[in-house]
Amino acid sequence: MDRWRIRGGARQAVEAAGAETTLTVQGSRSRSEGWKSLAFIALLLFSVLIGLALLVTLIIDALVEGSSRLNLDLLTNFPSGVPERAGLQSAIFGTLWVIGGMIVTMLPVGTGAAIYLEEFANPDRWYNRLLEVNIQNLAAVPSIVFGILGLGLIVRGPLSLGSVAYAGSLTLTLMVLPTVILASREAIRSVPPSLRQGSMALGATRWQTIWHHVLPNAIPGIATGTILAVSRAIGETAPLLLVGATVFVTFNPDGPLSEGYTTLPVQIFNWVQRPQDEFRVLAAAGIIVLLVVLLAMNSFAIWLRNRYQRPM
Amino acid sequence: MASLFACALVSLLVTVGIVLALAGPTIEFFREVSPLDFFSAQEWAPTFSPASFGVLSIVVGTLNVTFWAILIALPMGLCAAIYLSEYASRRTRKVVKPVLEVLEGIPTVAYGFFALTFITPLIRDNWPGFLGDAPGIFSAGAAGLVLGIMIIPTVASISEDAMTAVPSGLREGAYALGATRRVVATRVVVPAALSGIIASFVLGISRAIGETMVVLIAAGNTPNLTFSPVQSIQTMTAFIATTATGDIGVGTITYKTIFAVGALLFVFTLGMNLISSWLVRRFREVYE
Amino acid sequence: MSDGSMEVPVSEPAARPSAGVQPAGAGPRQEATGRAAGAARDTDVVMRTEDVTVTYDGIPALRDITIDIHRNRITAFIGASGCGKSTLLRCFNRMNDLIPTAEVRGSVLYHGEDLYQPGVDPVEVRRHIGMVFQKPNPFPKSIYDNVAFGPKVLHMKVDMDEVVERSLRQAALWDEAKDRLKDNALGLSGGQQQRLCIARALATSPDVLLMDEPCSALDPIATGRIEDLMVALREQYTIVIVTHNMQQATRVSDMTAFITVELDEHDNRTGTIIEYEETGRLFSQPADPRTEEYVTGRIG
Repeated sequence: MDRWRIRGGARQAVEAAGAETTLTVQGSRSRSEGWKSLAFIALLLFSVLIGLALLVTLIIDALVEGSSRLNLDLLTNFPSGVPERAGLQSAIFGTLWVIGGMIVTMLPVGTGAAIYLEEFANPDRWYNRLLEVNIQNLAAVPSIVFGILGLGLIVRGPLSLGSVAYAGSLTLTLMVLPTVILASREAIRSVPPSLRQGSMALGATRWQTIWHHVLPNAIPGIATGTILAVSRAIGETAPLLLVGATVFVTFNPDGPLSEGYTTLPVQIFNWVQRPQDEFRVLAAAGIIVLLVVLLAMNSFAIWLRNRYQRPM
Repeated sequence: MASLFACALVSLLVTVGIVLALAGPTIEFFREVSPLDFFSAQEWAPTFSPASFGVLSIVVGTLNVTFWAILIALPMGLCAAIYLSEYASRRTRKVVKPVLEVLEGIPTVAYGFFALTFITPLIRDNWPGFLGDAPGIFSAGAAGLVLGIMIIPTVASISEDAMTAVPSGLREGAYALGATRRVVATRVVVPAALSGIIASFVLGISRAIGETMVVLIAAGNTPNLTFSPVQSIQTMTAFIATTATGDIGVGTITYKTIFAVGALLFVFTLGMNLISSWLVRRFREVYE
Repeated sequence: MSDGSMEVPVSEPAARPSAGVQPAGAGPRQEATGRAAGAARDTDVVMRTEDVTVTYDGIPALRDITIDIHRNRITAFIGASGCGKSTLLRCFNRMNDLIPTAEVRGSVLYHGEDLYQPGVDPVEVRRHIGMVFQKPNPFPKSIYDNVAFGPKVLHMKVDMDEVVERSLRQAALWDEAKDRLKDNALGLSGGQQQRLCIARALATSPDVLLMDEPCSALDPIATGRIEDLMVALREQYTIVIVTHNMQQATRVSDMTAFITVELDEHDNRTGTIIEYEETGRLFSQPADPRTEEYVTGRIG
């Protein structure tokens, strides 16, 4: 019987009373252990909740500060030295041109690279391994370094496009490319092999299989990755500061190669830096506009992924 | 197929491009400024005359902010990951994970604004006197704090992936020995997922080092060789962003300085990556 | 919950003669079977389930299971895969709690105390009732740390070196492991890993040892060693083993329960115990035709 005895305290009490050893499995872990577990859970919950609390505070803070300037004028006016008249129109159009140019460039390159790496690359070849490692490493390179790359090779140097919107597009393309490639690869990989084999068994070529079966099934995944990458690019400021998104542009760019553009976050940054409180209000209002766009895109991407994710 | 390969090659060309773009002006920079001055001079004033190129000031500025950021981000990110992987119900996870993703998607300029207009005043108004001088309008600590919270989701999501990948047989084995959930999480799951957790830590640190907007907005922009959290400092990234925004001619020493600092930053993150992959290999657990 | 209710005399299996039980190729082990049956008269019941029903997502997987587990015996659950024998085993140490959709009704008595009554701490339960799994699952730590894990997390005030050595000796792994205690346990062979998992379970001095198909991932030689080990451990422990291997049940167990799947009124496939009997008798003179079909290899 001795070996089954369980609870220190109770057992001693029972033994002291001269009774036979009892056996219990009732909540008998020591009190200190219970406290430790509780404290641990509290710590974990705190860590999760602080992120959520921050999100809520950040949105409320921006809403409170910026509400007085949240109106249509904010969207239709051009930047101005007079805070009451300043608006975001040129920044909105600048963002559209930059992001539009980025999407057109990024999609074919990103998807193409993903198809190559998933469907054709032999992972034993050294150059394919190099590509893999390289993509992983690029994901950790700070965004501002891409700005320097854009400044040295795209705005000036070999391409010498000058400070045009498409220079911003190209810079952002290079920055988000690793993310897009990784997401697209994942999407392609999750297409069941049976589908490929089925298609090949019917005599389809590799290309036909990819075009008619693999890609259509991978589109939701690729779209999710692309939207997340685009929303990251929309909010990006630092690299664009280097490739010439100037902060005081009172006209809309009329094409990807027209000189002089600004984007939403760059314009917000400019307002944040001004000492006057009126500009701070403008910055807050601008942040609300930016957050609405980004939250909408993110929610759509997450919805898309949950919708098409195959049940595990 | 060749065109697909070319697409994949673009990613490699980006790296080559970065190295080339940085190398040329950096080499020219070091023709004019001796590396000894660069790394040992106390003062950083590259645009003044006489100019001084003691990069240590802004390197320390970067480390200062990074220190406070990772002090927050690493433990809290890990805790959030443990909660999501080991404690949260499937329903909770379904709500919390997208919120974390949304947090990752908030533009850094918004975090910077938040640090400057909300966190800093909050700290200044509630500063306990016994800690000495209150932080100024711009401070390394406030920027680091917000930066840290900003990085929590990055650390949490990668760590959580690593923990979820730990085979459930290990958890069952520990539970069957009478381990509590806390013990299973801390003594079994975390050690088994260590390599992924380390990878998340290193990525978090890399992000803190490379982040620009929060520090540019909230940490001030004054080179200051200090580890104090209450002072205004300049980081490497903030220097690059500030200087490059002005109109600077190609070939001037200021232009080259941007590239030299950029090269140093790139070497930093490259180094972090190398350390990361070494650590990941070192701690990789094969479960079977 | 009085002491009296713990001691349930087990007369039925003991009353049956074990003569004539001749499991194939079990010369020396037949003696073990016979002795167990003889000793059963004064063996008390360590665990008892009463009308246990287990559901997953509301769909019953096991229905109305009532069974006694006797001290210092090896009790085997046999049956086709998917019949719910592992599910039943996991009721004995509340491992089913870890599956969010699983629900257990009825009572599982351990020395007369219901493990599923409110107030019972499942963690405490598992400290008394150890478990070994189908697939060896050593922690990715050293051999020593694997064995020391249980005593450490239970804050047992013991001489750890001694516990590790005793447990490894009990699990017949000491001679192979004593010179490499600091090596990673994953470097061991599959059979060694499983013996390590047994040592790990023994280190906390449990009362009952549950084994869920402990040999299904092992080769015949490793299987033989684990089986010898079980017979040796019976002296000190009460062992419940799930196996899909009937030969294994005849070789090691004293008591055998045959579980099979039946279709209930809602066409759900639900596991029930068809026959629970002293092992030799269950295999030689099954009372139920379904048992006979199974043990003679006609189904399953």
